[in-house]
Amino acid sequence: MEAIIQDKVQDKINDLANKEVYVHLETTNGAYASHFDEEAYNVGAFIRNAQVNYQHGKIVSTGGSYRVGLKLDLGWVYAEGLTDFEIDEKDRLLMAGHDREGRLMVALEISETPFSHEADPDE
Amino acid sequence: MSKQHVVVIFPHPDDESFGASGTISKFRDDGVPVTYLCGTLGEMGRNMGNPVFANRETLSSFRKKELAEAARQLDIKVEYLGYRDKTLEFEPVDEMADHLKERIESLNATTVITHYPGYAVHPDHDALGKAVVEAVRRIDENYRPDVWMHAISNNHEVDLGEPQIVHNVEPYWDRKLAAIKAHLSQADGMMSLIQSQDQQAEQLERLKTERFYQYKFD
Repeated sequence: MEAIIQDKVQDKINDLANKEVYVHLETTNGAYASHFDEEAYNVGAFIRNAQVNYQHGKIVSTGGSYRVGLKLDLGWVYAEGLTDFEIDEKDRLLMAGHDREGRLMVALEISETPFSHEADPDE
Repeated sequence: MSKQHVVVIFPHPDDESFGASGTISKFRDDGVPVTYLCGTLGEMGRNMGNPVFANRETLSSFRKKELAEAARQLDIKVEYLGYRDKTLEFEPVDEMADHLKERIESLNATTVITHYPGYAVHPDHDALGKAVVEAVRRIDENYRPDVWMHAISNNHEVDLGEPQIVHNVEPYWDRKLAAIKAHLSQADGMMSLIQSQDQQAEQLERLKTERFYQYKFD
C-alpha cells in the first residue's frame, strides 16, 4: 500500500460506479483494547462481500486522512480515517487507515469479483 | 515416553509462539512430537507490519509463511483447521467439537494445549478453547488426552486460583523470542503493545513463565 493519491482513488471509484461490486468494510480497535487498557472498549465491525451497486462515490480529504462515501440507490457506504491505498493485481481498490505503528484501524475495499471467503489452501 | 504426542490448538498463527513456545521447546527437547492445529490464517489481524507491508487481502499469505518459519524454529508440525479469523464464536460448537475430536484422535494426542474458555481475552481464543474441551469430553475417558488451558485475562487468577502447571521457560527464552520474531507482521505490534502499557515488566515476566490450568472432566 502507499499513501492515498486522491485523484487516483477518485478515478478508480468512478470506474467502479454503476456496476455490481463487492465491498469489504471494516473498523476495529482490536480484540486486546480493553485487556491492555481497562478504560477502553473493544469496538469493531466488518462486512465482507456485501454486493452493492453505487450511483457515485467521492473521496474527501481532511488533513492527514480521507473519507470515502458511496451513494447507493437506497443508502450509503462510508468510511473515515483512510490513509493508504492500493489497486492490486486483481484490479481491486483496497483502502485502509493505519495507526502510527502500522495497525489497521479501518478498511474499505471495492472489487468486481468476490473477496476470498474461506482460508485459501493454495496460497 | 515415545507414545506421547502434544497437540497445541489455538486460533491464530503466533498464539503458539506467544503462549506456549517455551513449553513446546521443553517437550521437543524431551523428544516428544508436537503438532500445532492452527484454527485460522489470522486473516483479520490488525498488525500489518511496521512499516506496513501487508494489506487485508495479502495478510493471510504472510502469516502462513511466518508460521512456517516459527514452526521451523520450534521443530513442530503445523496443520490448519480452515476456519476464518474473528468468526469462530459464531460457528456451531457441536460441529467444531466433532471436527476437533476427529483431529485429536487421529493424531493420538496425549496432551492437548488450548486456551481457557472465558479467560482468554480474544473471542476466537475463548470459542476454540470451548470447542476443544467439548471435543475431548466426547472422547472415551480411557483415551482422553490431558487438557492444559492457557488463561490470559487480567482477572483469571482471582477466579481460578493458581494454575496447576507452571513452566519457567527462561532456559528456552532464545527459542521463544526467535519464534515470536518469525511472526514478522505481528511481533513488533504485539511487543509494542506490551511495552506501552502500565504493567510492562509484569507482562514481559509473564512471557517468561508459561502457566496452564489442567481441565478436570467429571
